[in-house]
Amino acid sequence: MASLVGSRVERKEDKKLLTGRGKYTADVTFAHQTYAYFVRSPHARAQIKNVDISKAAKASGVVAVLTGKDIVNDKIGGLIAGWRIKSEDGSDMKVPAHPPLASESVNYVGDHVAVVIAESLDEARNAAELVKVDYKVLKAVVKTDEAMKSDSIYKDIPKNLCFDWLLGDRAKVKEAFDGADKIIKVDLINNRLVPNAMEPRAANADYNPSTEEITLYTTSQNPHLARIIISAFNGVAPENKLRVIAPDVGGGFGSKIYPYAEEVVCSWASKKIERPVKWVGDRTESFLSDCHGRDHVTHAELAVKNDGTFLGFKNETIANLGAYASVFGTVTPTYLFGPCATGVYKMPAAYSNVKAVFTNTAPVDAYRGAGRPEATYTIEVLVEKAARELGMDPAEIRMKNFPTEFPFQQTLVHSVDSGDYNAGLKKAMEVADYKGYEKRRKDSEVNGKIRGIGFCTYFEACGIAPSAVVMSLGCGIGLWESAEVRFNPTGNVTVFTGSHSHGQGHDTTFAQIAADQLGVPLENIEISHGDTDKGPFGYGTYGSRSLTVGGTAIVKACDKIIAKGKKVAAKMLEVNESDVEFKDGEFIVAKSNQKKTIGEVAFACYLPGTYGEVKSPLPEGEEPGLKESSFFDPANFSFPAGSHICEVEIDPDTGTTEVAKYTAIDDFGTIINPLIVEGQVHGGLVQGIGQALYENCHYDDSGQLITASYMDYTMPRADNFPEFKLGFTCTPATSNPLGTKGCGEAGAIASPPAVMNAVMNALGTDISMPATAEKVWNACQKMKKSNSEAA
Amino acid sequence: MKTFNYHSTKDVKEATKLASSSSAFLAGGMTTIPSMKLGLASYKDIIDIKRIKKLSGIKVSGKSVTIGATTKHAEVANSKEIKKAIPSLAALAEGIGDPQVRNRGTIGGSIANNDPAADYPSACIALNATIHTSSRKISADKFFAGMFETALKKGELIQAVEFQVPEKSCYQKYPNPASRYAIVGVYVAKHKSGVNVGVTGAKSCVYNEKNIVSALSKSFSSSAIDNVKIPSSGMNSDIHASAEYRANMVKIFAKKAVDAC
Repeated sequence: MASLVGSRVERKEDKKLLTGRGKYTADVTFAHQTYAYFVRSPHARAQIKNVDISKAAKASGVVAVLTGKDIVNDKIGGLIAGWRIKSEDGSDMKVPAHPPLASESVNYVGDHVAVVIAESLDEARNAAELVKVDYKVLKAVVKTDEAMKSDSIYKDIPKNLCFDWLLGDRAKVKEAFDGADKIIKVDLINNRLVPNAMEPRAANADYNPSTEEITLYTTSQNPHLARIIISAFNGVAPENKLRVIAPDVGGGFGSKIYPYAEEVVCSWASKKIERPVKWVGDRTESFLSDCHGRDHVTHAELAVKNDGTFLGFKNETIANLGAYASVFGTVTPTYLFGPCATGVYKMPAAYSNVKAVFTNTAPVDAYRGAGRPEATYTIEVLVEKAARELGMDPAEIRMKNFPTEFPFQQTLVHSVDSGDYNAGLKKAMEVADYKGYEKRRKDSEVNGKIRGIGFCTYFEACGIAPSAVVMSLGCGIGLWESAEVRFNPTGNVTVFTGSHSHGQGHDTTFAQIAADQLGVPLENIEISHGDTDKGPFGYGTYGSRSLTVGGTAIVKACDKIIAKGKKVAAKMLEVNESDVEFKDGEFIVAKSNQKKTIGEVAFACYLPGTYGEVKSPLPEGEEPGLKESSFFDPANFSFPAGSHICEVEIDPDTGTTEVAKYTAIDDFGTIINPLIVEGQVHGGLVQGIGQALYENCHYDDSGQLITASYMDYTMPRADNFPEFKLGFTCTPATSNPLGTKGCGEAGAIASPPAVMNAVMNALGTDISMPATAEKVWNACQKMKKSNSEAA
Repeated sequence: MKTFNYHSTKDVKEATKLASSSSAFLAGGMTTIPSMKLGLASYKDIIDIKRIKKLSGIKVSGKSVTIGATTKHAEVANSKEIKKAIPSLAALAEGIGDPQVRNRGTIGGSIANNDPAADYPSACIALNATIHTSSRKISADKFFAGMFETALKKGELIQAVEFQVPEKSCYQKYPNPASRYAIVGVYVAKHKSGVNVGVTGAKSCVYNEKNIVSALSKSFSSSAIDNVKIPSSGMNSDIHASAEYRANMVKIFAKKAVDAC
């Protein structure tokens, strides 16, 4: 039987999703349904003096109006920060309380003040206008780099500083810098982004008063985590009385990893009114209240020798957490950022210092790449600038500093198990026709355009786990993954995974793995995910972890199935277990033509006895049934790496930048399904190029979100991109038996610096993201002026 | 959305009679409906005019192109007659919004709304348009009164827009990367009677860029624009483009338009 791993199997889930037969949270409507509409703060920062619900409560169709006072009275717990970070001085991070409905103060535009629940959405929305909130408006703290100099938003948090974190050794770095020939410096802004999942967040909670159970449908990347948080921290219902179902989910990009106020409020409210409560966010609510991404202000320096050898690196970053510390808000700018900031290079000394600040903006949390894009942008812009200042080729300076032996102990945290960075870069230069670049540049010049080329060589740490490491770094949860493989009596298979697919294609990829392991045809395997009542507890999908951690759990569970199957087959074939081998779905007796298929063995496991012609003896001591589970906790992260080369063409008259050519050569270890992997890379590139050229989340000085719709927030579109040239190298991961490394975030990690390095190469000057037409045009005007002065 | 009364009429008189200070005419609904859904606008009466037959259609004579108010952008874009008479007008319609918008949105709706970044108003200015309403004819230079403001009176309904066929013309726009409305759109038209340069997106209302008009009147070539100074005062300034940038783009896109004429 041909192996399915490595083949371009078309996505099993697409028929459903592309023909409108997917089932999303908004598609779920219960009998006796009610509809929720949230009253949100129009101010970035204000004290709540009074909330008058009397008119709204009497409005047509209104079932209930609940406020922050009800939350306090019912002792509903606040939203949590999931990762404890300590400051350089050893003190714990400082976080404000984050009630699901505010009772004392609101801290960003969109913050939740009250919920109106009515018989229809229109009635709920109309009544929400009648909720009268008396605010005392206060001066908002908005800008990342001004937060520490501004008024304290929370009285117990001086300078709005959550923590002042250090990773690395300042003294060693100083020594390295003292011995350097040259210091390269950059000041960078990693622009704030809005995740923009295609499906806005939604929740529908149905409380059954007779069983006291809540069933919560929600748009989650991680239903098990939602359940444990809503149970253990918000105290809405015990875990056994809360079932969380994340059905089809239309994208997450990190913004749906954890529960928000709305899920907590809908669950609690449903219990209170004893009717189902449904909330479906609209696009404006997504912009205002989904957690945003990035938002760093960074000063970084690289110490080099004149021959291009790197000696040391320092990184001083202010990270904006928004108004509250979200679940992964504190780890994103620290352990997901700092360790990767030295890039794919040998770096004798390094440190990352991150000051995380609160501002009156939407909370900031993990967004595709989470910390690694910010890290990669920092080091890659620095390295390219170093090449420019030293007059070196950007490829040459990189190769000079690549490690060549693996495992490679990276400067700050990670032991990188495998990689071949030279091979990747060489292949990228070949595919990108680096040799022909100068001709293309001249051709552009003839056409009145300015062409630039930019490199990015990256590695990242993903496959997020291992539990022992992440918990020692302050993570409040373990990050292993589970799987259960269940043979049905007739020989087909259901695989339950604790991860969750919201676009990644697990129904296909995971089935390919199970099909290969068990020798069962692909169409006989179903992947089940997203329901806490089905299958074991798991930790969901983010951090490019599902295949590496969850896929391996499937392999391990399949191994157990085969081990049991061998015993049963041996008994059925009346031979010793040691004489039975398993291959391509068959248990074969060595050197004979005796065999049993895995389907026959499964049948025997479910019908252990004699009935007419059926004779299915189970070995003594074996239980009936054929179902195994596995919980996999890897020994290390996985470390995808790659080399991307971008060419841009700039129109100096208008400043518009076109991505003319883009080459991405990635090492994701073993690839299960190239079709899906290419799709993941395309999506990541589009998001990363979006960050570099188009997307920017903009608050004005009073904390109003100016880019609150697609009229002002520039989403990249298909016509913004050339055909991407993709390619792969492969050094299998050693930390999991599949050898996979993770591919979901790489595109978004590598492309911003590749694009920006190309833009800066074209313009010969530093420029911040996004490189909008006007910014580029201004740089072109300056260039023109200095050229004419020089002439 | 707030509740409202929906009227569908087949007759202009009936439509105007139903109109009040709290009503709106509905054609394609590409602005009205989103505004209502977002709670930015609410009306007591919505008067649907799509079934009034005489408001839709295209008539081309040697000197003019007349487009009925409820004619959709896609119909203008695909009209063989318009492509022949004023190809730049068909091209402008092809560049409005996306296929969904072009198959719903109408010319009457666009100019009645007078969005400062809409495309059609620049065509009206450049092509000496006459706006035929239920009660009178208004020339384009008197029709567009300010941001989202027109000369239309309460209950007055646009019936058709009559464009003068120019000797040559071209519309070039620099679209807002987010909304794809014009950050700057420049419609250059050369008529026997003179040159017009309709500029949209740059200011609070479409206008005829007199500095470029006078340069082109002397010599209809893009190099004639090189030394024209476009002041940035009065230009829009927002997160997408400053006034200075817009002023420069007016010049750049006017040149592009002349070159492509």
